[in-house]
Amino acid sequence: MGQQLASPEISFVEHKDDSSFYRIVKKITIILSIVTLIELGLGLLIYSLGHESHLAVMTVKGVIVILSLAKAFYITSYFMHLGDEIRNFIMTIIVPLLLFVWFITAFLWDGSSWRNLKNTDAGSRPATEQTEQYKGVKPGADK
Amino acid sequence: MSTAAIPAGTKWWSGGKSPFNISYGKLMMWYFLMSDAFTFGAFLISYGTIRFSANYWPDPNHVFNAFPGFGHMNLPLAFVSLMTFILIVSSVTMVLAVHAGHNMDRKGVEKYMLWTILGGLAFLGCQAWEWTHLLTGEHPVLVDGVVSSLNTTVAHNPWGPESSVLHEGHIVNTPGPKLFGGFFFGITGFHGFHVLSGVVINIIMYIKVRLGHFDQRGHYEMIEKAGLYWHFVDLVWVFVFLCFYLI
Repeated sequence: MGQQLASPEISFVEHKDDSSFYRIVKKITIILSIVTLIELGLGLLIYSLGHESHLAVMTVKGVIVILSLAKAFYITSYFMHLGDEIRNFIMTIIVPLLLFVWFITAFLWDGSSWRNLKNTDAGSRPATEQTEQYKGVKPGADK
Repeated sequence: MSTAAIPAGTKWWSGGKSPFNISYGKLMMWYFLMSDAFTFGAFLISYGTIRFSANYWPDPNHVFNAFPGFGHMNLPLAFVSLMTFILIVSSVTMVLAVHAGHNMDRKGVEKYMLWTILGGLAFLGCQAWEWTHLLTGEHPVLVDGVVSSLNTTVAHNPWGPESSVLHEGHIVNTPGPKLFGGFFFGITGFHGFHVLSGVVINIIMYIKVRLGHFDQRGHYEMIEKAGLYWHFVDLVWVFVFLCFYLI
């Protein structure tokens, strides 16, 4: 193995012999392909379910999201070799990405709240001084 | 987590070496990719917010159901699955190129870089076909009581809540949400531009390999950095595929 130290900043390099390398690449390729095929199958399942059952469709979509996260893990950990780096480094990548947890929660929450407000007028508060005058009149409606 | 043999009692933060055991260039590539992940994340999350706020959103199985050479046959998800497999395969050839680089195997790096470039170009070709299909495919749509012919653009689309309804002897759709095209073309375009720049970077790397630059330098770490970028493009596609086509 002619693996070289690319930089004096590095104190050791990881050695992986050819046979174990090819075994891992083959395994990850098969995993990614199978997961993609399962996702495809579930996508078509959503198609056949149509709009029959909201709960069933949401469950299938949830499963697809989890499978995609699994794919993301395999790509970063094995193809990008993040799993072979030292813990210090892995943490500087993973910890900032945890912001996504709140980022996604907050914005999707906001989106569904917006839909709720649009559909119900729950968000339109009459101005305090004009409460009596506009009682029972929908906002935006002609007087 | 690490499988490498770390010398016992290594003091990572005492100076003189990288506390992450990684070269400056690779470290910065990782941080660039992290910031890029936030950019893509922001785009996809804004798309999610709009979709959650809408009472109706087009079903991707109805929008993306065409395959080149199969005319109007209803083949939901088939073409985009092909695109996904093309990217996965080109990611695998990139891994093999990086490994050949570790072994200082110049012929191997050349071979696998060429396959990776070919995969990238194939993906871009597929995307060009898909965009053309959406931009030129016109459907009769009932807009304000008038039947007009609409394609899918950033301004309008024919994928409304009612499809194939009879109106004065015409089979028509109703217009779909305006933002559908903007998000679709914006995000897949931004990803496609990443693929394009990845292909350009890979071509530059291929030329440098051919010229023997990395043999002179004594290592093929540049191939690793280009590889990180290329895998990231594949990684983003996992989420674009998820958000636009699957759910």
